[in-house]
Amino acid sequence: MSPSTPAKRGRLLYRRTFYVPAGAIADVGAVSTQVRRILRGLGVEPEVVRRVSIICFEGETNIAIFTKGGRITLMVWEDRVELFFSDSGPGIEDLELVRRPGYSTAPDWARELGFGAGMGIPNMEKNADVFVLRSRPGKGTAIRATVWRSRDERKGSGAGTRA
Amino acid sequence: MNAREVARALGLEAVAFPHPEAEVEGGFCSDLLSRAMAEASPGEAWITYQRHLNVVAVAKLKELSMVILARGPEPEPEVAARAEEEGVNLLRSGAGMFELAGRLYTLLSRGPRNR
Repeated sequence: MSPSTPAKRGRLLYRRTFYVPAGAIADVGAVSTQVRRILRGLGVEPEVVRRVSIICFEGETNIAIFTKGGRITLMVWEDRVELFFSDSGPGIEDLELVRRPGYSTAPDWARELGFGAGMGIPNMEKNADVFVLRSRPGKGTAIRATVWRSRDERKGSGAGTRA
Repeated sequence: MNAREVARALGLEAVAFPHPEAEVEGGFCSDLLSRAMAEASPGEAWITYQRHLNVVAVAKLKELSMVILARGPEPEPEVAARAEEEGVNLLRSGAGMFELAGRLYTLLSRGPRNR
């Protein structure tokens, strides 16, 4: 498991919560493109914008395909960008399996659209500097993903760790 | 080589073409959106059989130079409208993915120096 929430430092510059309804697959990408626009407007570093966009898209996709609906909170700090995803179920049975590239429980209708490659959570984890995934079967899932804005605190050279 | 030149060379039909001057820096083929999300690089042309709204979102987020829809039905009007709105170049072809990839590869391999 990744380390817990980063120590609170830096000033909060922006905060906004977006709602993602269950099954809203046609709209997937709407939150991510909005987040991207906001980050660019705030002058966030392009590499950070790129990584946050990927994390947001995958999280948004998972909420739409798998859950009864959920929300995404974007927090932009002076030193980092955080995305917090939460939903109201059904939760993830096996947390190790979902982090394994290629593993997917996506239904056929989602696979036909090109989802369900089993890369969603691995993509999120790869692009985040800190990634915390908690889930309770029957209850829901919560994910916190942090991307540092200063280069020296980021992992790798942008591409993140490769499996 | 920019998107307009690629479109002309490959005989592509425009579905939405808001940025014909975009530089095409390479190509990428996949029908899996997460794979495109993970592996496509900014400036690349994405060749795919998928033709729904999410394709536009991926192309936008990844800052791709264009999306080439391989042989298949015309995309829904809202897909064209969204691409226009988001500034995503969306073109289609009667050729399959294999042929498009081969022709694009040849085209880009020539490079500006050897032309």
